[in-house]
Amino acid sequence: MEKAIRRYMPIFVLPTFFAFILGFIIPFLMGIWLSFCDFTTVTDAKFVGISNYIEAFKDTVFQHSFWYTLLFAVVSLIVINIFAFALALALTQKMRGTNIFRTIFFMPNLIGGIVLGYIWQLIFNGILSHYQTALGLNEWYGFWGMIILVSWQQIGYMMIIYIAGLQSIPEDVMEAAQIDGASGIQRLFRVTIPMMMPSITICMFLSITNGFKLFDQNLSLTAGEPSKMSEMMALNIFNTFYGRTGWEGVGQAKAVIFFVIVVAIGMIQLRATRSREVQQ
Amino acid sequence: MKRKRGLSMIGTIVFTILGLIYISPILIVLMNSFKKKVFINKEPFTFPTEKTWNGIENYVTAIDKYGLLSAVGWTVFITIGSVLVILICTSMCAWYITRVKTRFTKTLYLLCVFSMVVPFQMVMFTLSLVADRTRLNTPWGIIIIYLGFGAGLAVFMFCGFVKSIPLEIEEAALIDGCTPLRTFFTIVLPIMKPTYISVGILETMWIWNDFLLPYLVLDLNKYKTISIAIQYMKGSYGRVDMGAIMAALILAVIPVIIFYLSCQKHIIKGVAAGAVKG
Repeated sequence: MEKAIRRYMPIFVLPTFFAFILGFIIPFLMGIWLSFCDFTTVTDAKFVGISNYIEAFKDTVFQHSFWYTLLFAVVSLIVINIFAFALALALTQKMRGTNIFRTIFFMPNLIGGIVLGYIWQLIFNGILSHYQTALGLNEWYGFWGMIILVSWQQIGYMMIIYIAGLQSIPEDVMEAAQIDGASGIQRLFRVTIPMMMPSITICMFLSITNGFKLFDQNLSLTAGEPSKMSEMMALNIFNTFYGRTGWEGVGQAKAVIFFVIVVAIGMIQLRATRSREVQQ
Repeated sequence: MKRKRGLSMIGTIVFTILGLIYISPILIVLMNSFKKKVFINKEPFTFPTEKTWNGIENYVTAIDKYGLLSAVGWTVFITIGSVLVILICTSMCAWYITRVKTRFTKTLYLLCVFSMVVPFQMVMFTLSLVADRTRLNTPWGIIIIYLGFGAGLAVFMFCGFVKSIPLEIEEAALIDGCTPLRTFFTIVLPIMKPTYISVGILETMWIWNDFLLPYLVLDLNKYKTISIAIQYMKGSYGRVDMGAIMAALILAVIPVIIFYLSCQKHIIKGVAAGAVKG
């Protein structure tokens, strides 16, 4: 059977393969190479060793954006997952209209980051103007603004994953716990949560990597105001590339650092929660 | 029993209120899209009165002056084109690399999985250079870029499903003299329909809302997507026309809500299925 299929390799694989080479492999390899070069366009690239990386690590704005992003990712992970889990628990109870409520809570997820940013900018500035201030004047207004925005966007998504997880718990396990006299809270912590660990792993992984990679919402809601203090890593890299000429090499070095951090955090997170999963 | 029913009533009421609060940001923007622009920043939370009412004037400005309709058109074109191409090409590729085990297919599979964790910032500068050099900076060319950059997730999800299809059906078809191409389109494709829907929805949500990739790849003098058009309205120099922005936001949200309400069952199922595999 393999032989018969193999003759058709060009039709089946090549379109995707070429696009993949063009859209991913070449840019990725070139990106790594250019992070060791000084350049404005690729033709004048000159090898300079690790000086771009040194420059990137010395950049205090970049350092600030790292801590700001890390804090943001952790806070958004906690907020999103607690609310999403609570909603999923509530909306799997016997109650009228649960389907409509799920529909409503999921909806913001389909709206793009740029649009979301401007929707919330109107609302936050409308509230803050009562106190004679604005979103762009304080980095922590921007921080909490983005937390509210991202929670609004992602709680519904994570809720759907948690609901799927809750529905896959076999009923006899729950019944057994109930007959053995476990209270509601005991059932939640001793049965539901351990059985839900696969869903929890996925949701935590998604929310922490989303938090790290946040760009559109950051650009449209605060654009880094005041003076780059609310700039997250992705936006900082973008501004290094396109905001200052002569800094493209440093921008590419920052992008490589960013890539390594995202992969490392994803791995650490997966390992931490995977080890708590129980066999069903 | 009675107590339980009462409890569920309270739950319904509480969640109705919560749901209303949850969608209120969109309603507030809708309300403001009918106000004159000077009143929007001053009092965003009041209903339009006779003094502040502006009719559909804001929508006319957004469409005439900022070319929003053509932005919607290009976004629809790019999204539908890319998703169709991604679905067909990656499903064929995924079937091949699961059925034929060589070093090449194994490497390709691993590279696809790897590409899923790479953040876009890592490749954005070089990708825009590649697109520029190869003249893929048009709405037609960007489809190829999306195929390349979106291949990872799609191939991964299709491979997961192909593994669960029993080999016997395909073997029988091939022995009976069906070509692999015909086997794929008449036998494998119909079996994979649920996966096509899941992958299609995930990719649609991504491409429709994507901002940075088209912003860096497209020739912005000629083509803009909705997200780019809105960012331009806000970012361009001079005075910002809040009225037109409100109208543009509503115009951007309406297609999404229609799409969502018309196939929400598939969307919610697709998300749940995609997450379990991812």
